[in-house]
Amino acid sequence: MSKILIIAEHDGTSLNISTAKCVSCAQAIGGEIDIAVLGNGVDAVAAETAALDSVNKVIAVNAEHLAAPLAVNWASEVLALSADYSHLLGPSTTFGRDLMPRIAALCGVNQVSDIMEVDGAYAFKRPVYAGNAIVRVEPASDSKVVATVRTASWKAAGSGGNASVDPVNASRSPAAHTRYVGLSSEGGERPDLQSAVKVVSGGRALASEENFELIYQLADKIGAGVGASRAAVDAGYCPNDMQVGQTGKIISPDLYMAFGISGAIQHVTGIKDAGTIVAVNKDSEAPIFEVADIGLVADLFNVIPELEGLLG
Amino acid sequence: MKILVGIKRVVDYNVRIRVLPDGSGVDTDGVKMSVNPFDEIALEEALRIKEAGKADEVIVVSAGGDECQQQLRTGLAMGADRAIQVQTSEALQPLSVARVFQKVIEREDPGLVILGKQAIDDDNSQTAQMLAALWDRPQATFASSMEINGESATIIREVDAGLETIEIDLPAVVSVDLRMNEPRFVKLPDIMKAKRKPLEVLSLEDLGVAVTDQIAVSHFTPPPQREKGIIVEDTAQLVQELKNRGLL
Ligand SMILES: Cc1cc2nc3c(=O)[nH]c(=O)nc-3n(C[C@H](O)[C@H](O)[C@H](O)COP(=O)(O)OP(=O)(O)OC[C@H]3O[C@@H](n4cnc5c(N)ncnc54)[C@H](O)[C@@H]3O)c2cc1C
Repeated sequence: MSKILIIAEHDGTSLNISTAKCVSCAQAIGGEIDIAVLGNGVDAVAAETAALDSVNKVIAVNAEHLAAPLAVNWASEVLALSADYSHLLGPSTTFGRDLMPRIAALCGVNQVSDIMEVDGAYAFKRPVYAGNAIVRVEPASDSKVVATVRTASWKAAGSGGNASVDPVNASRSPAAHTRYVGLSSEGGERPDLQSAVKVVSGGRALASEENFELIYQLADKIGAGVGASRAAVDAGYCPNDMQVGQTGKIISPDLYMAFGISGAIQHVTGIKDAGTIVAVNKDSEAPIFEVADIGLVADLFNVIPELEGLLG
Repeated sequence: MKILVGIKRVVDYNVRIRVLPDGSGVDTDGVKMSVNPFDEIALEEALRIKEAGKADEVIVVSAGGDECQQQLRTGLAMGADRAIQVQTSEALQPLSVARVFQKVIEREDPGLVILGKQAIDDDNSQTAQMLAALWDRPQATFASSMEINGESATIIREVDAGLETIEIDLPAVVSVDLRMNEPRFVKLPDIMKAKRKPLEVLSLEDLGVAVTDQIAVSHFTPPPQREKGIIVEDTAQLVQELKNRGLL
């Protein structure tokens, strides 16, 4: 039977939804599921984690040097916990993508990146070429599986569970060669892009930071998160954490509204799992219309004010 | 200080990917191949560090068949001083590539290794982190800016929540994100000059690297297609359509 250890993602105060998605993937693999919560003062997060469905136990490791998720410190601590597990899972967020390969190398295995489907305990499907092909990957069944879970492919597990929390002492000392300085976040009160039910997104066509306000206003009106194309981010119209796509965030909202985005493959790969895609673009030939469920060939500078009017 | 930069030969990012009917891979026949875009950014950054007087030599390294010499030459034309090809006919997975780099590091003793944050073919995003683990040195992934201050560096990383700043001691491994810089264009005379720059060819045996622990990859399939959508005439119809679907 598989024994699975999930590395929880959190900000010190609350659990990231990506962890509950890893639990769904672990359920598909089958077996006993434990979750490691590393940090400094993680009791509240550990309690939240223990409530997730089908979790056997939560291992809470508290230490000052684990306060920031520095991969170097976290990887050696996870390695110390890993002996009895057949699978180590983390989310394919920047947190998991930074941490898990370091753990994999310490375990001497290649990593399975971005699990989108489970075909067996040692057989998975994952996207390659910006999602333009799907492949089957099969790590050896006599080696440890270290993997990241493509969060957009999985629903969050529920929280009706009641697992025990085992506090464990940190067993490794901090690496002196890497020092955390800080995080600057521009995210305000809007829904988090990765868990938002609706997302309004703007592209190069917005043409300025001032015009990008139109996207924020519409998003606020319908309670949506805000996304952007790389071109909009690169031009400085909005912060980098809004980028959607191959090298930004891969998201799966029920509704995605793209304004003035052409639909380059690198962008589209980030929204393939969205429920309904709406595209507003003045070029009827724009590739975004190939993936849009509802298309409107029009000038966004007319459409957005009209939308606001109609939505009252 | 020497800087090592990884270069991977990949299908150009503008090419429309076609999965082979027998599911054995994607069509690369007659398809344009390029330097992985992230690796170009890694090299550009290395060159800028050298031009700022903070490094003496920039070495581009690629593991692959002889065809990857073309991408190494592009790196030399951009301004790298010399190139190392580690010859292999196998498609190496990240752990093997990291082991190759570890051996090259033993020979070259660089102060910095700069890699792309992912390759746009297998999208694995593992090699830099693995190399840092094997080398037991700092990793700074998804970097959008870096500042070398003598024996250490300040790195800004693009993370989901915003921008994270860390400080690392050198030597270290940095993986770069798209916003780090804009790579320079290669000029014709530079291509001519690049032909005379040294390109060393090593085998996996030379380096003592055995390719093990590869994950079996098979059954390439095209992604599921989304159902064809509709075109609405105006904003009012759009709103109606969204209301019908219970989305507004
Ligand atoms: C390695 C690599 C990784 C990448 N990763 C990503 C990624 O993660 N995410 C991403 O988004 N991109 C990514 N890109 C970039 C991608 O290739 C495109 O360049 C980018 O998505 C284009 O952004 P855009 O659609 O906003 O701009 P454009 O392609 O310039 O499109 C602008 C669109 O706006 C329309 N338009 C103009 N004015 C109006 C108006 N008034 N009203 C309505 N429509 C209007 C135009 O018809 C056009 O279709 C990546 C590229 C590379 C090489």
